[in-house]
Amino acid sequence: MTPAKVSRGAGDSGTSVLEWQIASKVDEIDAIVAAVCAACAVAGFPDKVCRLNVPVSLTEALANAIEQGNGNDPTRVVRVLARIDLVGLCVEVTDEGAGFDTQAVRARCHEQSWVDREDGRGVFLMHALMDNVETWCDVGHTVRLTLRWP
Amino acid sequence: MAFTFERTDDLLSIAVDGQLVVGNRQEFKQLVLDQVEQGARRVLIDFTDTGYIDSSGLGALVSLGKRIREHGGELRLAGLNEDLRTLFELTRLDTLFRLHDSSDDAREGF
Repeated sequence: MTPAKVSRGAGDSGTSVLEWQIASKVDEIDAIVAAVCAACAVAGFPDKVCRLNVPVSLTEALANAIEQGNGNDPTRVVRVLARIDLVGLCVEVTDEGAGFDTQAVRARCHEQSWVDREDGRGVFLMHALMDNVETWCDVGHTVRLTLRWP
Repeated sequence: MAFTFERTDDLLSIAVDGQLVVGNRQEFKQLVLDQVEQGARRVLIDFTDTGYIDSSGLGALVSLGKRIREHGGELRLAGLNEDLRTLFELTRLDTLFRLHDSSDDAREGF
């Protein structure tokens, strides 16, 4: 499925909104991450935020949605809503899955064996690199990443 | 995103140009494992031209480090910029890998 991008651009309110609906394929991730990082750079977020915090966190959220939430099933979709406004950046990634216990996943980072694990760092990185990470289940499972202006 | 590699005896040098992320980590991992199966024991990964690494990429490095050690070899990482070092420090992977400023630095005593 071709990414369906709707950009409303910057309005009088200074708000910029980007939206996509994509098939659950990891190949779709790069273009979305690049677009959101570019929008953050244009809006004036610091370079390091655009190089590190946003791309890593958003890649993690999208990869979780595609691989864990939708089980890599290309018939299931992931919706992305990115908004930059006076508060900062807010990105919501919604899949068709039932979600998972992020608290339990985060708790593992305190275990001695965590460093040797090959997986389980994605949720930790999102929390480490964003100001706020929220999750909920409604119509699908949503992760909301929030980064305030410095 | 591209990987370029050079093989001299049992030394494999591989450079990651772009990102090491969920979309390419399997290709990267397989490339290194194939070389290890063919006798590479000293593996040097150069991140000088790498933008960022996600948790899948970090996991691939952990996995490769184990496999290379199982074969009696060693994995060294070089050229990590400040952002990448931040990722390694956050995830405590700086305690698992030796991080070198440059490939030349990593080759010393390797």
